[in-house]
Amino acid sequence: MKKITLALLILCMVPFGVIAGESGMPLDRAPVDITDNASLKRGAESFVNYCLTCHGASYMRYNRHRDIGYTNEEILDKLVFTGQKVGDLMQSAMRKKEGEEWFGVVPPDLSVIARARGADWLYTYLRAFYRDDATATGWNNLVFDRVAMPHVLYELQGEQQLVVKGDQKSLALNKPGQLSASDYDKFVGDLVNYLVYLGEPHANARKELGIKVMLFLLGMFVLSYVLKKEYWRDIH
Amino acid sequence: MSNLFNSMIAWIDKRFPLTSNWKAHLSEYYAPKNFNFWYFFGSLALLVFVNQLLTGIFLTMNYKPDASQAFASVEYIMRDVEYGWLIRYMHSTGASMFFVVVYLHMFRGMIYGSYRKPRELLWLVGMAIFFVLMSLAFTGYILPWGQMSYWGAQVIVSMFGAIPSIGDTLQQWLLGDFTLSDAALNRFFAYHVVTLPLVLIVLVFVHILALHETGSNNPDGIEIKENKNPITGIPVDGIPFHPYYTVKDIVGVVVFLFAFCGIIFFAPEMGGYFLEYNNFIPANTLQTPDHIAPVWYFTPYYSMLRAVTVNFLGIDAKLWGVILMAGSVVIFCFLPWLDRSPVKSIRYKGPYFKVALILFVISFFVLGWLGTKSPTPLYTLLAQIFTIIYFAFFILMPWYSKIDKTKPEPKRLQE
Repeated sequence: MKKITLALLILCMVPFGVIAGESGMPLDRAPVDITDNASLKRGAESFVNYCLTCHGASYMRYNRHRDIGYTNEEILDKLVFTGQKVGDLMQSAMRKKEGEEWFGVVPPDLSVIARARGADWLYTYLRAFYRDDATATGWNNLVFDRVAMPHVLYELQGEQQLVVKGDQKSLALNKPGQLSASDYDKFVGDLVNYLVYLGEPHANARKELGIKVMLFLLGMFVLSYVLKKEYWRDIH
Repeated sequence: MSNLFNSMIAWIDKRFPLTSNWKAHLSEYYAPKNFNFWYFFGSLALLVFVNQLLTGIFLTMNYKPDASQAFASVEYIMRDVEYGWLIRYMHSTGASMFFVVVYLHMFRGMIYGSYRKPRELLWLVGMAIFFVLMSLAFTGYILPWGQMSYWGAQVIVSMFGAIPSIGDTLQQWLLGDFTLSDAALNRFFAYHVVTLPLVLIVLVFVHILALHETGSNNPDGIEIKENKNPITGIPVDGIPFHPYYTVKDIVGVVVFLFAFCGIIFFAPEMGGYFLEYNNFIPANTLQTPDHIAPVWYFTPYYSMLRAVTVNFLGIDAKLWGVILMAGSVVIFCFLPWLDRSPVKSIRYKGPYFKVALILFVISFFVLGWLGTKSPTPLYTLLAQIFTIIYFAFFILMPWYSKIDKTKPEPKRLQE
């Protein structure tokens, strides 16, 4: 059983399947495993450093992160930068009005973004920025055309350029960033993994309880079936 | 001990008809002994209803019917309320499963002719339950105030606006505003948690009373009351509902709970069918989604709403859509009088009815599938064709059910 589970997990990590996104672009498979606390922690720390400045996760409390292995002290040390308390909601540092002035739209709250967009979309999107002088920010995105957000992670990824061959659009790394291509993929993978966790922090508890409930029902089924058989013996 | 119990019951019986009701509705309510798979869904519908009532109470304790707080309060339930996620998933899954069991329950009635004389009123009360259930689902779906809540409701509400002359006024009266806003959210909340559940409880009670007056139909579609034991007066093919069907229904409940809990714990979104992805985006009154689709249980009717694309007979296409959509549900009420077959059950009905029923089921599924898709010329054509088949099933029934070649009904229940 363990081997099968492992095999399935590995299968999920391999970006073999591609599903078409809403822009028609094929999406890469995100390496999601919300039981991997190390990955979730890396993702959480990237999230508060790179995303939380503009985006809120305002349905999530900081101290919920104890579920992925932090202590309260670690949370205050590694995740809270704005002088908030450990039980506070993860509000963005930026005011809504400022966001509207700077980007033309209020940056959306990211608490449940993974449930709205899907992990694969986010994973592809965060790796699909490219230089485009025609836009206001100087950036564009293959899966989200003319997105208002500039490429916040460009120092890590570097700069990509759009390559058009007939109908085929692809991206090529023009200027390398601080991370190698595979390290950047891992970085985004952890971030997206965290976003999936953020979308439903109780997902692990849900599945664990589910297995117990199923086992209980199995016992109930045997008992109720035997009871029914016993009563119905005299009906013909 | 049993003496004390007996004297307690006797004390109550002098003041309240406890034993007589227990007998009339359970231990001496005689049900046909040949109930099959299809007969689980009535009691399962009751189970889901109780689930919705109980989980609904706990959701109400933390939900805020306020356009600026509703979405956040649902996430508060999902994250900060103890087991709030479980209660919410039980309620959201329950909503879809309510329709699953009710559709199967209605289909049972259609294959075994349970709507036929003397059960016409029972069927009509059941249809009233179905209308209230649809209203409950609609008002409940608005409450999380996500994008699909908002724009789905916008589509439904605009249907009332399509009614000639009174449309606009009616729409404003329903919304309490010129647009879908906080005022509408508040009143839909009131309908969802007070008015409609109360009406539904009463209707379910009446439904069961009517059932116990006529007695249950069965897969053979013959009346077990016509063949009673001359001494005891008990139908020879009947068995007491309790304990026989209570213990049998428990097995059905457990099997149902496997599916129900499987969804709750392992696939609560059900691939976007039970909880739509777009509904995880808070309602934005300025941004219409690219594609608006109702939840799966409304999609067959939604297809018919969109199927009419041209004005004809001097009636606007949009109004035709509304007429067809309303008609597609209301037409079930006429089944007891549309069916002219000499037999009730599909077991003894002829090939015409069987073919018609299969075509109807196919059109229901195809229309349901089309309702989840963005319209294209091909899809619209398909929706038009299957809308015609859907209605033909009902409208032609008096003709094909009469000329159909039926088999003779047996005198006693078959194994």
